[in-house]
Amino acid sequence: MKNQMMNRSVVLGSVLLGLSFGVSAQAVDPAVMAIMESSFRTQGIADKSRIYPDEIQALCSDKAVFNSPEGQKKAIALQTAALEAIKPPSDGVYLGDWQAGDKVAKSGRGATWSDQAGAANGGGCYNCHQVTKAEISYGTIGPSLLGYGKLRGNSKEIVEYTWNRINNSKAYNACSNMPRMAHFKLLTEQQMKDVMALLLDPASPVNQ
Amino acid sequence: MRHHVITATLALAIGASAPLVVHAQSAAEQLQEYRTMLADGNPAELYEMEGEELWVKAMGPKNASLEQCDLGLGAGVVQGAAAQLPRYFADTDKVQDLESRLMTCMETLQGIAQADVIKGSFGRGVRQPMEAVVAYIVGQSKGMPIQVPASHPKEKEMVALGEKIFFLQGGPMDFSCASCHAVDGQRIRMQDLPNLTEKEGAAAGWGNWPAYRVSSGTFWTMQRRLNDCYRQQRMPFPIFGSDVTVALSIYMANKADGGEMNTPGLKR
Repeated sequence: MKNQMMNRSVVLGSVLLGLSFGVSAQAVDPAVMAIMESSFRTQGIADKSRIYPDEIQALCSDKAVFNSPEGQKKAIALQTAALEAIKPPSDGVYLGDWQAGDKVAKSGRGATWSDQAGAANGGGCYNCHQVTKAEISYGTIGPSLLGYGKLRGNSKEIVEYTWNRINNSKAYNACSNMPRMAHFKLLTEQQMKDVMALLLDPASPVNQ
Repeated sequence: MRHHVITATLALAIGASAPLVVHAQSAAEQLQEYRTMLADGNPAELYEMEGEELWVKAMGPKNASLEQCDLGLGAGVVQGAAAQLPRYFADTDKVQDLESRLMTCMETLQGIAQADVIKGSFGRGVRQPMEAVVAYIVGQSKGMPIQVPASHPKEKEMVALGEKIFFLQGGPMDFSCASCHAVDGQRIRMQDLPNLTEKEGAAAGWGNWPAYRVSSGTFWTMQRRLNDCYRQQRMPFPIFGSDVTVALSIYMANKADGGEMNTPGLKR
């Protein structure tokens, strides 16, 4: 009975987070979920349902399962589903304004319980990536993006790949540390276009 | 006043222009220098002194002090107690960290309801004197080895749960504690991130909190530190003293077993 309730809660949580993957549910230890349930409460925009992992989060929370043959199979299935769900820009234009993109990249705001609903989120890019030479306060969890466009060019493949990475990094690596910007609506389409320009526009400081 | 001076000096140190790589290293080094300089003058001492007085002061509906509180080494024993927390307590049949244990003592000895402490805010109301008491207690373990072997079955159980929770992803950014704290030598912006899954990093993390935070000019307990970690993880609000916070604490403390207590620490 308790398990059933838990499963229902997990499903509900996933729905609330806006997810639906056609892959069977990954079980998280019920003892873990039981103390998660008793230890958290909603505060501001941070709804309690955020404690329930979706398919990708559950898979990536358990290294042993992830590394098993079944886990690897599931990772591929989830990556494929993530890639298929990515939408190209509605007007077909991939690159916006790099200056606006740099502001998005520098802001780490958004989605915490101290943020307001409806306020613009940042991309938080500098938190984990070196992006421009001028900004020396950058994190090292992600790879350096210095010279991103200069090194790769702006072929159709590179442009689409970059768009996909920003939209949903899990499309290429199920357990990438990078947030799924479009999937969870962390960034708007325009903000993602602007970050695209920051990375790929030859005039962007990234490519100087 | 004092913390304004420190903040300004640190801002200068971090903002000073220098070549790229050198600068990135020197910020951490300079912060270390300031820590050394301030080792005999950590502003947390003000909280420690206040806490020492509050420990023996009669307060609450029962107008009693905390002097008979058992922090694990017997009633009233403060010296070395924090270095051996979290631990299992037979009277509550629970593993407790310092703050959840203090809530037990405040309720039983002073008649202050746990619910009132839980629903409060950091640095305010009944939490304010409690935080000073925390500063006093952790100061009484400074320089001692961390001893959290987790030998009791209930402690083992909490360590195992804490480890799973450490890696449990959730929220709209898919973060877990491990997203930032499971690899050596990484940074968020300029901030160095300890690898809490290994002894050295866990001792650096666990052994330096609670701490005086220069950037906010306040003393932060471990509960407050964990609360802000979950805020930045984009998770919902961890309830004060809840099982998740205790499980994560004993997971870290157990990893840090044998390391040194440098509490109260001094942080950015």
